[in-house]
Order: sequence, then C-alpha cells, then structure tokens
Amino acid sequence: MSGFFSPRLLRNLLPPLSLAALLVAIFVLQPRTMSYFGLNLLLNLAIPITLATIAQMFILCVNELDLSIGGFVSLVACIVATWLHDTPLLGIAALAGLIAVYAALGALIHLRNLPSIVVTLGMSFVWLGLAVLVLPTPGGTAPEYVRTLMTLKPAYVPFPIIASVVIALVVHIFLMRSAWGTVLRGAGGNPRSLERAGWSILKIKMTMFALAGFFGVLSGIALVGLTTSADANIALRYTLLSIAGVILGGGEFVGGRISPIGAVIGAVTLTLAGSFLSFLRLNPDWQIGAQGAILIIVLALRVLVSRAEKRQ
Amino acid sequence: MNMIAAMFRQPWLWAWLGALAAWLATSAFIGGKGSGEVMSAAMTFGAFFVIVALGQMFVITLGPGNVDLSIPACMTLAGTVSMKAMDGAATMIPVGLALALLVGAGIGVLNYALIRLLRIPPIIATLSSSFVFQSAAIWWNRGLRVKPPEALADLMTAKLGGMPVIALFVILLTIAGHLLLSRTIYGRGVVAIGQNMRAARLAGVKTERIRATTYIMCATLAGLCGYLLAAFSGGAALNMGEEYLLSSIAVVVIGGTSVAGGFANVPGLWGASLFLFLLVTMLNTFGAGAGIRLVMTGLIIIGVIVAASGGRNRT
Repeated sequence: MSGFFSPRLLRNLLPPLSLAALLVAIFVLQPRTMSYFGLNLLLNLAIPITLATIAQMFILCVNELDLSIGGFVSLVACIVATWLHDTPLLGIAALAGLIAVYAALGALIHLRNLPSIVVTLGMSFVWLGLAVLVLPTPGGTAPEYVRTLMTLKPAYVPFPIIASVVIALVVHIFLMRSAWGTVLRGAGGNPRSLERAGWSILKIKMTMFALAGFFGVLSGIALVGLTTSADANIALRYTLLSIAGVILGGGEFVGGRISPIGAVIGAVTLTLAGSFLSFLRLNPDWQIGAQGAILIIVLALRVLVSRAEKRQ
Repeated sequence: MNMIAAMFRQPWLWAWLGALAAWLATSAFIGGKGSGEVMSAAMTFGAFFVIVALGQMFVITLGPGNVDLSIPACMTLAGTVSMKAMDGAATMIPVGLALALLVGAGIGVLNYALIRLLRIPPIIATLSSSFVFQSAAIWWNRGLRVKPPEALADLMTAKLGGMPVIALFVILLTIAGHLLLSRTIYGRGVVAIGQNMRAARLAGVKTERIRATTYIMCATLAGLCGYLLAAFSGGAALNMGEEYLLSSIAVVVIGGTSVAGGFANVPGLWGASLFLFLLVTMLNTFGAGAGIRLVMTGLIIIGVIVAASGGRNRT
C-alpha cells in the first residue's frame, strides 16, 4: 500500500498533477478551450518556452546557470526573421556560429573557472546588442517553411501537444536513457570521479553548452514561426521563465538532478498559468503576482512531499 | 615595494582602473571640457547602483545560490508607496522614508520566510516573490506618477563642495558597510557562511539569524534606493528598477566579490558602478549606437571577469 502512494512517487507525480489541476481549472472556467482549436491557442506559445527551458536544463545539469538565454532567443528570432528569410545561407551560417559561440562559452567557463552567472550576464548584454544591430526596429518576416511548420494542423491532436511530447521524449531518451546521457549528467553529479574515469569535463561542458545553444536556436525559430515577425526584446522574459520551468519540473540547481519530461511540463504549466489567470477575470494588475503565487504554491507542495519522503 | 605589490593584489583595483580609463578616454574625446560634470554625474548615478549592490554583495557572499532577484520589484514598490504617501508634501518626507524602509524590510522578511520555511533556493524564492511585489506596486499606484516633495527632489540634485550630496551620503553608507563586513561578528559570520556553511554552524556561527539579517538588510537597502531614485527622477515609475537587477549583480562581481561566496569587497562596489556608468558614457560620447553599446558593455564585463579571475580555483 505504501509502495503505491510512496512520497517518491508523489514527488515525481507533482509536476504532472499541477499541470492537470491547472488544465481542469481552465476547462471549468472556459469550457470552450476544451476543443482542438482552443487547446491550440492555449498551448501555442508553450513550444518556444519549452525549447528554451530544455536549453536552460542542459546548463543547469552541469551545475551552471544561463542568465542570457532570453537575449539569445531574441537574437535568434531577429536573425530568423531577417537573414534566414532574405539570404538563407547567411542565416544558417549565423545560427551555426551562435551554437559554436555557446560551446566556446562552456569551454571558457570551464577552463578559466569562471562563474557562469557573470559570464552569461555579460553575454545577455551582447546578445541583446547584436539583436538590436540585426533588427533595430520590430519587424522582419518569418520564412515560409517555418510559418507552415508552426501552424500545422494535424488530425485529432493539436500540434503544440505533439510537439511537447516529442521534445520531452527525445530529450528524455537521449539524456536519461542513453549511456552518453548518463556521462553528461555525471558531470553535474560528480565531475571529479568522471574525470578520474578518463572523461574530459571540458568536452562534456562544451557539449552541454552547444546543446543549450541548439535548443535556444530552435526556440527562436519556433517563436518567429508563431509571431511571424521579431523584435530585439521579444524573448527577454524567457530567462526567468526557463529557470522557473526547470525547477518547477523537479530539477535541482546542483548535482545534475534534472528531468527533461518534468522541465517540459513545468514550461507548459507556466504558460498555462498566464491564460488561467486571464480566464479568472482577475484584476490585470495582479496577473504577474498570481503567477508568482502559483510558483510558490507548487514549490511549497514539493517541500511537503519531500518532508514526508524523509520521514519514511 | 611591498605596499605596491599588495596594492596590485587588491581585487577592487581593476574596477577602479577601468573607471579611470573610461573617464580619461571620455575626457580626451571631449577635449577636457565638461569632464568634471561627467564625473559628477557618474558619482550621482553610481551612488544608486552602490546602494543596492551593497545589499546584494552581502547576499552573494552567503554562498552559491544566494542572490536577491527581487531588488527591482522592491525598489518599485517602496518608491510608489512612499511617493504616494508623501503626495508632494515636504512635511511627510520622514514618513515617506520610514515607509520605504519598512516596505523593504517587510519584503526581506517575506523573502527569508520563503527560503527558510519552504526550503526554496533563494534565486527562485526571490524571483517568484518579486512577481507578487511587482503586482502590488502596479495595483498601488495604477500607473500614476506622483511627484516627490520639492525639497526632497532638490536635495537629491544638491551639491556640497562640488560633490553631489547623494554621493556623499552613499560614501558614508559604504564606509558603514565596510566596517560592518570587516569589524563585526555579523560581517565575519557572513563570510564564514559563504566559505563553508556547515563549518560555520559547527563553529558556533548563528547561521540562520545571519542569513535572515542579510536578506532583510538587502531588501531594506533596495527600499531606500527606490525612495531616493524616485525622488531623484521626479516620481516612481513601474520600470524604475529594471536595470538594477543585472547591474546589481554585475557591480558586485566586477568589484571583486566572489560569486561563489565567502569573499566580499566594499571599495570595489564604487569602482565597479563608476566603471559601468562611465563606460556607457564613453561609448555614448564616441557616438556608438544602442546595439554597439550593449555589445561592448557585455564584452567588457566578461573581459574584466576573465582578467580578474587569473584562473584561480573556485572554492
């Protein structure tokens, strides 16, 4: 009996349960969202946020923190809406270059033993500045194929749900189930023993940062596909959203303890929280505040569960 | 010779040298005319950065994961509450100040309660609570901009012997902060916790009490900064704290305080905030656009941290 409702199980179930509770509340408040079209609208913006959250998760997994992901996604969005649309080759080269810069950042942070908070803080200025240079005024056009992909209307299941599930599963299988993923996560858990076993922490950090850059690029592309144009400030809030998403999904700041599925659920939950509050007809002044309150409540629940876990 | 060698090992030196270089470059570009005004403006704007950075420094020194992200929201809430309470009346100036400090202290208490009771990592706790405070600020003044009492606004721009009064005040505040850090049991306790929380606790340091004090102090200083900044800029604006989030961390770190905690440095705060302000001024006078300015600022922050680290190991 206790095995069935063990606190450990509860702890893992907490992120999906919060998401389910939120969804039910939204359906009750606004039954019209319980349709293909409604869900599509509701979850559309979750795709870029999910991708940015996964990017942040790769960084958190090796005990670092990325305060620049919002600026980075903004820059990618600006490049996609201008260069990738007008001169595809230049656009692809630029995006590949950005991923290389991310890998280089990982190397720099590791080799010089720098605090990632400060390096990425500096990079957030750089990304924003570059975004302003690429696209001084809001505008640009999304490439046609990106637009088509993001407005896909598959039968029965809305595209955002399929996309979230695919992202979660792919990253989960890669990071949690493959031998390679275990090594990568080990760099967050016990880097010294990994190093003694002959793995290069430098290469692992570079890989993780490059992966973060890659998912950041995907996030920017997805975002432009939805908004059709870009702006240098378009995704700045993703920095904080992505950190909150990873933590909400059960990730920890240190020790390589992360959960890709949880992170995706956390990101979707945060996206839905915004819609939920507008359906509540809450005074708009309090919308951001209520989002903060939801975060606090979910985290408080997690503490209660882990306390029960310890008692056992 | 030894003194000079010791001087070069001071972590705050680089920030001050950077500030000096930026100022000299600006002065050279404008032909020396108005370079005094540039310095005076830097002292005024730098002072606001130093106030919040002082609190942030104590928080960051507590160790990895400790950072206060609610500073902007706290500044905005304290600014709006105090400006609305004073409503331009000179007699209410002390009441407004008391309210701003009280709002700050209250936010600090709430932040610490979240960290302690819910065991939330401080970075997430202050992030989530900042949403609530930001909402409270929006709700409290509904976007109205209440003007500060004239006497207070005048005081903010007044000068004493060529120095902005606000800068003099903050210099006194930083001296107090330095003494607090280096000469009191509290300050030594903060550093000890940052170096090794467990060891500090075993050595008899009252870790939780010190952590609570630090978060409350940081928020109170942010409240004070919100009050002064609102008075300086003709009223509280809802986005007035925005740039202070990243800047407060940048100033602390460029100033030579260790991000990993356990090592703090007060003189560096002034050097770093002057440096950041003068850097932007320099790029402005050179006629750089917003994009170039941001890129340069970012690269220089990274450059400073790379130069200052010298590859030493994180503790």
